[in-house]
Amino acid sequence: MLTFTLRRLLLAIPTLLLISAVIFFMVDFAPGSPMADIPLTVPPEVRAKMMAAMGADQPVHIRYVLWLKQFFWNEPLYGIDALFGTDFAQGAQRIISWQSKVPVFQLIGERLPQTLTVVGTAYALGILIALPIGIWSAYRQYSWFDLAGTFFSTMGFSVPTFFTGNLLILIFAVKLGWFPTIYDTNLSITDWDSFYKMVMQMALPVTVLALFNAAEISRYTRASVLENLGQDYVRTARAKGMPERTVLLKHVLRNSLIPVVTIIALGLPTVFGGAIVTEQIFKINGIGAALIGAIHVSDLPVIQTITFIFAVLIVLFNLIADILYGILDPRIRYD
Amino acid sequence: MKMKTLLLGAAAAFALAPAAHAERGADGELKILYYQAVSTLNAYLSSGTKDVEAGSLVLEPLAAFDQDGKLVPRLASEIPTVENGGVAADLTSITWKLNPGVKWSDGSDFTAEDVIFTWQYCTDPNGGCAQGAKYEGVKSVEAVDPLTVKVTFDAPKPYPYQPFTGATAPILQKAQFANCLGTAAATCTEQNSKPIGTGPYMVTDFKVNDVITLDANPNYRDPAKPAFAKVTVKGGGDALAAASAVMETGEFDYAWNTQINPEQQAQMEAGGKGTFVNAFGTLVERIEINMTDPSPALPEGERSTIKHPHPIFSDAKVRQALSMAIDRNVLVEVGYGKAGRPTCNLVPAPAYQASDNTACLTQDIEGAKKLLEEAGWVDTDGDGIREKDGKKFSILYQTSVNAVRQDFQALVKGWWNEIGIEVELKSIDPGVYFGGDAASPDTFQKFYADVEMYANNFDGTDAEPYMAQYLCDKIPGPENQWQGENINRFCDPAYDALFKTLATATGDEARGTIVKQLNDMLTKDTNTILPLVDRGRFSAKANTLDGFIMNSWDSELWNVADWHRVK
Repeated sequence: MLTFTLRRLLLAIPTLLLISAVIFFMVDFAPGSPMADIPLTVPPEVRAKMMAAMGADQPVHIRYVLWLKQFFWNEPLYGIDALFGTDFAQGAQRIISWQSKVPVFQLIGERLPQTLTVVGTAYALGILIALPIGIWSAYRQYSWFDLAGTFFSTMGFSVPTFFTGNLLILIFAVKLGWFPTIYDTNLSITDWDSFYKMVMQMALPVTVLALFNAAEISRYTRASVLENLGQDYVRTARAKGMPERTVLLKHVLRNSLIPVVTIIALGLPTVFGGAIVTEQIFKINGIGAALIGAIHVSDLPVIQTITFIFAVLIVLFNLIADILYGILDPRIRYD
Repeated sequence: MKMKTLLLGAAAAFALAPAAHAERGADGELKILYYQAVSTLNAYLSSGTKDVEAGSLVLEPLAAFDQDGKLVPRLASEIPTVENGGVAADLTSITWKLNPGVKWSDGSDFTAEDVIFTWQYCTDPNGGCAQGAKYEGVKSVEAVDPLTVKVTFDAPKPYPYQPFTGATAPILQKAQFANCLGTAAATCTEQNSKPIGTGPYMVTDFKVNDVITLDANPNYRDPAKPAFAKVTVKGGGDALAAASAVMETGEFDYAWNTQINPEQQAQMEAGGKGTFVNAFGTLVERIEINMTDPSPALPEGERSTIKHPHPIFSDAKVRQALSMAIDRNVLVEVGYGKAGRPTCNLVPAPAYQASDNTACLTQDIEGAKKLLEEAGWVDTDGDGIREKDGKKFSILYQTSVNAVRQDFQALVKGWWNEIGIEVELKSIDPGVYFGGDAASPDTFQKFYADVEMYANNFDGTDAEPYMAQYLCDKIPGPENQWQGENINRFCDPAYDALFKTLATATGDEARGTIVKQLNDMLTKDTNTILPLVDRGRFSAKANTLDGFIMNSWDSELWNVADWHRVK
């Protein structure tokens, strides 16, 4: 197992380098200019100077090499400095956003808490809703509960979040006035009152996202449980006179969860990546909103860095999913 | 009983009236929404309106523009003029007297050194200053004494008020920004997001592209202001959601730039929690006519260059017919509602330089048809499209991707079809269209189309740099990487000669007369530019907010120190 992990980690290095190059060049060659958003009143000479000051006039391969150095060397140094109060970085050049002139990692640091709270809660809630639905739907296949569950998950999966999000805002925030429509980033939980406010402002976006997540995971759970229910060991367990409860929750569930856990692990990068559409609708300024904002104004350093971090997370969670599989299922050994 | 109530009410009103303005920080929190979130508070590093305006809560210029476009002193004690001796008789220098006793929010004194430093900061060749144009032609900035600054120009400046005026050219604190000159400018994150200012508020927390928290500046020069103790400037979402947050749900006091269509405007107003406010400046949505041939049959490097005049539009009658066929009132009704008004002028304001040109406001389809016939364009084969010398009247009409612009394209295409012109529409991603990439065929500068639509304006109130865009030597082409501003490739020696007289004219009236003539040459005389809509600023304000005056010449937050709660 250890050699497998090590081998996969080593393999990840060339994979990520290749991904970084593809991302960097693709983003760079996409049409659009960081100057497009600037009023036409700014004369061409001033524009040229602004481009030069950002380093945007350098050839793309030079910017790529510089970005690699900043990402893999300078930024980790700043990270160590921030953690231990050292000064290894000594003012080395950081990856700086073209639009806001703020280091991209500082931006990510400011955005991550919102994304983790909202998208993370929604993911956890989604799993909590999905598992019971999936299990019971499979156990009582073709019952009215199963049909309702199927209807619910098809709806949840096929109705886009920008529709459900706006619908919920219109009904519960604008018409009924129960919830705020704009997420307050500065709200910190200090007492019951602020906790209540936090719950209220998270309620709508979390509902939208949790429904979406639950729809997907419940289908996987149902399929997996169904498959296991038909296995020989289930019949054996029943023949031994075990109560249905034990059969379902001990034997079947454990075995069924193996693929589900993998699916959940593979979905985790999206928790860090944020939900671009939902964040935009509920004015939660998280990572997803930062990414879409940067795309709008061609803020290439931000787009490239955030997209690459997603890539790193996806590679990492793929590896974690594989390892988890090995741990959960003794039949699978990678050596 | 009734009388008693009235008297009591009157007494209460008297008792409360002075309190409404008397105390700093008495009105609690002010919540402002800029749906395009604020990226930096340093106007010199970003020319985005949202950044410049948010910065104006903290940083102040020597003089600001009021709602009529007139300069009002801020950090200066008066506006220098030739009459009061502030502007040299030969127009080569301007001397600003600073307000005595002004302090930065950290308690230190504001002096002439800060003004000089600001000029050095923006003119550093490696700084990439976004407001470089404000300081163009400035030879030196010197301190005559700690409270007097002399700005010398390298040539006579009939309009010497560009440097240090308006929200786009505020004064930075030397002590704070001393290490941020040149290439270091972008690395000064702390300074750019929390500048120390002289304005009514000071930053306490800044979250990039998200939310800014500000407190009343304890050292603000008027001890009774500002009325709000705290300001939150939130970002995110879109114009419709921003309007809704003020007008329908009442979560915010003020939402900037709530440009939504007339139908949505009415729906929001029904919410009853706020009102829309508008003010008209110089932003004009227009159709530009290409005076050169954009034909793809021409070799690359010669398309849309002065080598080949436009085969159809070289005839002034044809251009006039295009203008006459458009119903500008309908365009406003469909696209802008209260946020726009029809115009025939390139320079629609301020009043002293706006021409009284209104002929284009009435649509005249028959007249347009007649003009085309006079010009020799007749539909000979009965297919509804006019021809001349075997060539069909068929044109390409391009603009950026934008809901209102696509509506406009469809409407204008309908009217032009009606007078026998075939119109092909094209819409380009705004990032490409306005991106200025010399390698792209789709930039508005390259103009590989017969007509194109966009909006433009000028900074401040003086139109001289704006009119300079239409000089012969500003024509974009391959030799200048397509960077000129004369998009139409308009070239008229008479225009160039008249423009030169602007360099020696002083005073609003004399300058205004010349600008009017220049404006008419481009619009009603030649129809090179077809102005459509004068687009105003359009924002939403809560009914509980008072003291607000909409301004289209400076930051919309220009008088935020006077804002207060309705009592």
